[in-house]
This record gives sequence, structure tokens and C-alpha cells, in this order.
Amino acid sequence: MKKILASLLAAFALVTGAQAAGGALVLDKFPKERVSDLAALQNGAKLFVNYCLNCHSAAFMRFNRLKDIGLTEQQIKDNLLFPTDKVGEVMKVSLDAKDAKAWFGALPPDLTLVARSRASGSGSGADYLYTYLRTFYRDDTRPTGWNNLTFPNVGMPHALWELQGQRAAKFVEVADPHDATKKTHQFEGFEQLTPGTLSPQEYDSAIADLVAYLQWMGEPVQQQRTRIGVGVLIFLAIFFVIAWRLNAAFWKDVK
Amino acid sequence: MAEMKQAPAGASNGEKFMTWVDNRFPATKLWNEHVGEYYAPKNFNFWYFFGSLALLVLVIQIVTGIFLVMNYKPDANLAFASVEYIMRDVPWGWLIRYMHSTGASAFFVVVYLHMYRGLLYGSYRTPRELVWIFGCLIFLALMAEAFMGYLLPWGQMSFWGAQVIINLFAAVPFIGPDLAILIRGDFVVGDATLNRFFSLHVIAVPLVLLGLVVAHIIALHEVGSNNPDGVEIKQGPKDANGKPLDGIPFHPYYSVHDLLGVVGFLIVFSAVIFFAPEMGGYFLERPNFIPADPFQTPLHIAPVWYFTPFYSMLRATTDLMVNVLAVIIALGAVLNLIKGQGKSKVVGLVIAAVVIALLKTFEAKFWGVAVMGGAVVILVGLPWLDKSPVKSIRYRPSWHKLVYGVFVVNFVILGYLGVQPPSPTGEMVAQVGTLIYFGFFVLMPWWSQLGTFKPVPDRVTFKPH
Repeated sequence: MKKILASLLAAFALVTGAQAAGGALVLDKFPKERVSDLAALQNGAKLFVNYCLNCHSAAFMRFNRLKDIGLTEQQIKDNLLFPTDKVGEVMKVSLDAKDAKAWFGALPPDLTLVARSRASGSGSGADYLYTYLRTFYRDDTRPTGWNNLTFPNVGMPHALWELQGQRAAKFVEVADPHDATKKTHQFEGFEQLTPGTLSPQEYDSAIADLVAYLQWMGEPVQQQRTRIGVGVLIFLAIFFVIAWRLNAAFWKDVK
Repeated sequence: MAEMKQAPAGASNGEKFMTWVDNRFPATKLWNEHVGEYYAPKNFNFWYFFGSLALLVLVIQIVTGIFLVMNYKPDANLAFASVEYIMRDVPWGWLIRYMHSTGASAFFVVVYLHMYRGLLYGSYRTPRELVWIFGCLIFLALMAEAFMGYLLPWGQMSFWGAQVIINLFAAVPFIGPDLAILIRGDFVVGDATLNRFFSLHVIAVPLVLLGLVVAHIIALHEVGSNNPDGVEIKQGPKDANGKPLDGIPFHPYYSVHDLLGVVGFLIVFSAVIFFAPEMGGYFLERPNFIPADPFQTPLHIAPVWYFTPFYSMLRATTDLMVNVLAVIIALGAVLNLIKGQGKSKVVGLVIAAVVIALLKTFEAKFWGVAVMGGAVVILVGLPWLDKSPVKSIRYRPSWHKLVYGVFVVNFVILGYLGVQPPSPTGEMVAQVGTLIYFGFFVLMPWWSQLGTFKPVPDRVTFKPH
């Protein structure tokens, strides 16, 4: 309990510290159009199953729901069904909870709803994830050897490092504008240490696909929802005109 | 036994059937009293939509609630997953759930506007005191219903919100800790809490709510509706049949009129459901997409928006605030000593002394709860606090409008502060806001009589469409 409290306090100090240093982290804008791009969603699903699903579950997401993004049941079975053999099964993970705690310090959270829970005043959940997955850097002071700008001291190592390659973060000490006696730690940019299998542009695009998939998985019905919504509003608009004229027809008698 | 009536010769089958029914059940009588021949003033304005809309939202909540319960599992291990099951696997489950979650917020929007209408036009004044009191009880039941319902999705905010609010009850002197355990059914919020909240949310409170709504409407139809002019149409001129000239039958005039309001409401309601069901994190809070975790407290726990004005007043009640209240009460007693006469001088002094002693005896946390509860309960006293010679704002001194304006702006500011994390400035503003809120009611017997009132017309003002 004390440990939890201490870590919470530390996290809080970090958050307020970061805000004091240079305002809240500015999130990059996730390219929204990817969520309605089936090819992007399919690529995102492939990346998710290959890179995320080893440690993170998506315990409310059924494999066969992937049919909604244009995959056939056979395609799902052949290419994506690693942890189970039933296409109607949810995306569970075989990672042992005890091992996870020992390796990462915490259980990797379920990702079904991560795009919805990570939304904040700074941006949508997708913006957060799109920024987070592109700000890993090498940090030998961390147990995993990795750190993250968006989520400082995160327990998760850079699972996609082969794609992005290894990067270091450059920091400079800047005089605190509010307090001349103090200096603040400011981020100056990344330095590519080793190349990845993807170019930086290709990597950003792959992450956009992955985040599109996470966004879709958070609420698979979202595209359908807005489509139905347009129809409902058109219907109600017509109904409103009828109700308005009906009302006027009755009320013309009232003197 | 009442006399058995006969349908007239040559009556249609429908008429014969209704005669048969009316001999056994007052169907036609009820219809006429509450709909067909219920005479409502003809000068209702925009504000008068919200009563029927509140009824509509109640029906939406009950119907969607019935369907949600078919798939929801009130079990700490299954609840969160069952809600996601509804959102993903149940056909149209997402729509039902969004209707219910948006409906909760819509209920409060509609009810707040409905109550404010009552405030503007003095709808709580004689002879409508009981209509108003039943309404206040409905509001109270609605708050209980919303609070318990919010626990059911078993997300982080469900869990921690309930934890914070239930812990407040522990601050009640003497019985507090036992009371908190009674509410939770456990020492922490857990499966037992979820089960009892489910039972209360699904059965107990809705039953109370329905009974109160029936009482509210029966009381209203007994005395008749008020109107924006605050003129009693029953006391005005009448036609040959003894029906008020300024009244029109509810059906068809107000049924078609309310239909317009219903469609207008549904347009806004649907826009939220289909395009912004989370409403930027206000209708569905983000941390509630993470399952409840007793070992991880969210950084900032905020109640849903409709509770935040009251939550703000609770947070504002610090030790300093308790001292301020004590001073205000002492000043009140002194004023009473100077202005009052006879026995009331002594009585006022004794009451003030007792209240101040109590204020300093119990901790500020308890007084916070008392202030929050008092902010709702004080509404009940409105019919007796308002001493204005006219009902409607239309015939009050113009500066009264400013008073009501300040009251509304103050309420919105309190609501905004309740959403924000605590801060020293926010706390100070909320303290002033709390004093303004209570000042509005407590000083009403004084300020509501001040100023020059305008003459109230004999008939309602109405411009034919």
C-alpha cells in the first residue's frame, strides 16, 4: 500500500513537474481518416496481433468481429488466430500475470478500450496513442532500457523497436523562466542510433494504422453509429416540420 | 352499486364497449379529468415543454433499463465485461446503452429547466405547494437513482466516485461509520455494494419515483397549471359550460404542442447519442473505460456534471467556511435582537447559540455533507420563503430578474468548479458561491418583497398564432 502511495506521489510530482517545466505535452494529431480506411484497419489489426497481443489482451474483442473491417473468417483463422483456435473467442493473452508483474512491474493493461480511456483535455485517445507509440527512446537508467516522452518511466519496453530502430533523446538544461536559480530539463529532439526496418515516414504510417485499429476496436460500431445517426436526424427533421404544421393547424382555433 | 348505464340505441360497437368498461372502471372519467377535459392555460411558453419531456425521459430510462438488465450482470467480476458485451455483442445493445447513459444526463437537463421554470413563474405558490414538494422529492429520488446507477458499469470512476460519496456519510456524528458500512454492505465498496445498488437502482427507487410522479401529476391536475403570467385561470371569466375562457383542453391542443417539443428534444438527444455519446467525457467519463481497480486511485475524482454544483458546495465547507457560517448566524441573532420583538428575541438568540455550538462541535466534513443536503432540502421551503405579492417574474420589479440571473450564473459556476480539481482560488470562489446560493433562499422573505411591483392583469396575455 505504501509503495502504491509512493509511486502515485512520484507520478503526481512528475506530472506537475512536467507542467511546470514547459506546459503539458503537446500531442500530435492522429490522422483521423485512417479509421474509415479498411486497408489501414487491416494492417493495424495485423500489427496489433503480432506486436501487442503477446502481452496485452483485448478481452472484450472477438476475433470474428474483424469481419467488420473486411476480413473473411478464413483470413482471420489463417493469419491472426494465434492464441486460440476458435474464431468466436475474445482476444485473450497467454502471458502469466505473475511473470508480467516480475518483468514489467505491472500487469500490461487490457487494450480493448484504451483509445477511449486515454482521451483527455490535450487530445483524443487516438492522439495520445499516436504520440505515445512514436516517442520511445533508449534510456539505460530504466530496467527495460527504454523510456517514453509521453508516458515518462513507462513499464513497457519499445515493442516496435525493430520497425523504428533505436533512438536516443537529447535534453538540454534551460534556465527556468519563473525562477532564475533553477534549471529545467528540456527535450531537444531525437537522435537515430540504429536504423529500423521502416523509414521514419513508413513507421509513422504504420503507427497510424495501428492506432486506427485501436480506435476502431474501442467501439467497433462507431462508423455505423454516425451513419445511422444521419438517417435518424433526417427523419426527425421531417417529423419536426409535420409536428410544427400539425400544431399550427390545431392552434389557429385558439383565440 | 353504481347504476349500470346503457349505450344509446344505434350506438357503434366502440361506444358499446366503452359503456361496458365505464360501468366497471372509470376509463372515460380518468381520460377526461387528466387529458380530454383538463383545461390548461393557453399562454404556455417554451419553458412549459420540460414537464412533458421529463415524463418522456422517464419512459426512455425505464424501457432502455429493462433491456439493459436482460444482459447486465451485477457481479464485481462480471459487471464491466457485461456492459462491453452489451456494447459489442448484443444486437443494438450499444444504442440501448447510449440512450440510457445519455438519458441520465438529459433527465437532469430537463428537470433543472423544469424546476427553474417553477422558480421564474412562482409555480410553487398557493395552491401548488404540494405539487412543488412532490417535485422536490422526485428530484431527490432522481439523484439517488443516478448515483446508484453510476456504480453499475463498475469502471474506475464508478468505483471511486461511490467510494468518495459513501465515505462522506461516515462523517455523520455518532452513527456515521456504521451508516457507511450499512450502505456499502462491506468495509470497502465491493460486490455487496454493487448488488444492493443494482437492486435499489432497478426496483426500489424507480417504484418510489413512479409513485411520486403520479402524486405530482394528480396534485397538479387538482389545482390546475400555473402559467407565465401567474394568473389563476379558474378565477377568471368562464364560458357557458363553466370552463375557464383562458383555458384550453390539454388534448388536442397541448398534446400536439408537446409533440413538437418531443421531436425537438429527440433531435438534440439523438445528435448526442449518435455523434457524441461521451459528450467530451462529461456524460461518460474517460476513467470509466477502465475496470474498477481498488488499488489504483484515479488522479482526479469528479462526480458526473449534474451533481457538481452540490459537490462544489460540499468541498467549499472547510473549517474557515464553518467559522464564516458561525459569524453569519451570530450576526443574524444580533439583528433579530435589535429588530425583533418579545419572545422571538430570546428564541432567536438560543437557536443561534445552539447552532454555533454544534457548528464548532462536529468536524467540517460533516457540515459539508449537511450543506450539500441542505442545498437540496432548502428547495422544499420555497413556497413559504417567497413573500412577493405576485407570482410571476413578469410583474416583479425588473431588478428581480438580475437576482435570478445571478442565481443561475452562480449555479453554473459552482457546477464548473465541481468538475475541476481542487485549487485555492476555486475553493474561495466556491465558498462565495455557496453563500450566494443559500443567501438567495434564506434572504428571500426579505428581498422578494422589495421594489415596485407591476399590476397583474385579470386575464392571461396571449397572442393568437
